Amino acid sequence: MPEFGAAFAEALSLVIRLDRDLAEIVWLSLKVSLAAVFLATVIGMPLGAAVALFHFPGRKAVIVGLNALMGLPPVVVGLIVYLALSRAGPFGVFGLLFTPAALIAAQVLLVVPIIAALTRQVVEDLWAEYSDQLRSFGAGPGRALTALLWDGRFTLLTAVLAGFGRASAEVGAVMIVGGNIDHVTRVMTTAIALEVRKGDLALALGLGVILMVLSLIVNGAAFLIKDTVETRYG
Amino acid sequence: MGEEFSILPLELDNVSFEAGGKRLIKDLSHTFETALRTVIIGPNGAGKSLLLRLCHGLIGASAGRIVWHGAGDRDPAPYQGMVFQRPIMLRRSVAANVDYALALRGIRRRQRPVLVDEALVHTGLKRFARQPARLLSFGEQQKLALARVWALKPQILFLDEPTASLDPTATHTVEEIIAAFHAAGTRIVLTTHDLGQARRLADEVLFLHRGRLLEKAPAARFFAKPGNDLAEAFIRGELLWWRRGIDRREKPAGEKAID
Repeated sequence: MPEFGAAFAEALSLVIRLDRDLAEIVWLSLKVSLAAVFLATVIGMPLGAAVALFHFPGRKAVIVGLNALMGLPPVVVGLIVYLALSRAGPFGVFGLLFTPAALIAAQVLLVVPIIAALTRQVVEDLWAEYSDQLRSFGAGPGRALTALLWDGRFTLLTAVLAGFGRASAEVGAVMIVGGNIDHVTRVMTTAIALEVRKGDLALALGLGVILMVLSLIVNGAAFLIKDTVETRYG
Repeated sequence: MGEEFSILPLELDNVSFEAGGKRLIKDLSHTFETALRTVIIGPNGAGKSLLLRLCHGLIGASAGRIVWHGAGDRDPAPYQGMVFQRPIMLRRSVAANVDYALALRGIRRRQRPVLVDEALVHTGLKRFARQPARLLSFGEQQKLALARVWALKPQILFLDEPTASLDPTATHTVEEIIAAFHAAGTRIVLTTHDLGQARRLADEVLFLHRGRLLEKAPAARFFAKPGNDLAEAFIRGELLWWRRGIDRREKPAGEKAID
């Protein structure tokens, strides 16, 4: 495959030269995904912890729902956000469609179920372990919530990472709500899809390599943090 | 501990506890008076742990009443402490474990370090203060569990087989700390399998078998001559595995213990 080899060489040179278009796309992707994961964490963690700790009618249905939503098809999320943000939709007045804000909104919707569902599992297990002692100290589930999130922090980091993985890798939702507009809403995944269709394998491959390297760096760092801290804190 | 009022005595009036259709504690009545050390003994599944949990309020009775006569209008919960068979360690440093227990009791942040320090010095854990609690040895974890309740200064302390998995040295230290609690005026209620420990610590003994309180007596009398034949067999070290009518309290003389 000589074409593949040439494309790969070209891709590497793009990366090494820090090609401006490439850098812009990577930077936007990172900004959007990090913002989305941050918001999803702020929403998803308390939500998951609350489902873990409080008993209310329909709780089991909520748990099944959250677990099912982890596998929510991105294109469906894209469609929902598209409808919500389009001129005729409920949030149409803000004019957010085809802006980075729309990308963030779609990714938040994709990531919240992941973080909430994993948080629920972590917090529920911790509560099972701690509940006798914490209740003996006079703390019900409500007061214990922050302590449980804090004590589960290293496991919860994995949940956040899973969220980041989902946000940075998906293409369907951002394609629909962002439209892959150059210099505005073009992120790595949509760019790859476009460049492949155009036949510009070099740029597509370069982006692919960067995407994988970023994913490796983030997960590697998280593994190191978790590993050192677990040996230190047990 | 230095407080004028006491939530004691604690009265259990015909208390039963059911789970999954089984009666695990059956019509149990007893009054825990002040200033004694009560040791609850009995074979596995007798309901010893359940009884402590009922008293401490971790579970509710299915029938009967549990009354703290001295509490009046006050909530008795903050005046109690409990130490479990397996120490439950928060994923934090040793000092932070004590600190969190104090925080839950509403002790101000500024006052906590002194109390944490005092509890750790008292239990011999000072040098581990910065270490992660979960990396301590089992015996030290149990000491930390005691340090946490020490900081809370409870009027009554429930201990559920606190030395069940400890070696003799650690058991000795734990018993010393329990003695210090007693000396400080904390009411001790302890379950154990260890008859030696029961002899060392008990002022009063409750003997439980299959959810029933078969005998309660001052320790000296209990160990000299238990009134109940099952209790007698138990302190002789026999295994109470045979089946017999639970309400048959007396055995004909001369009959072997295992029939």
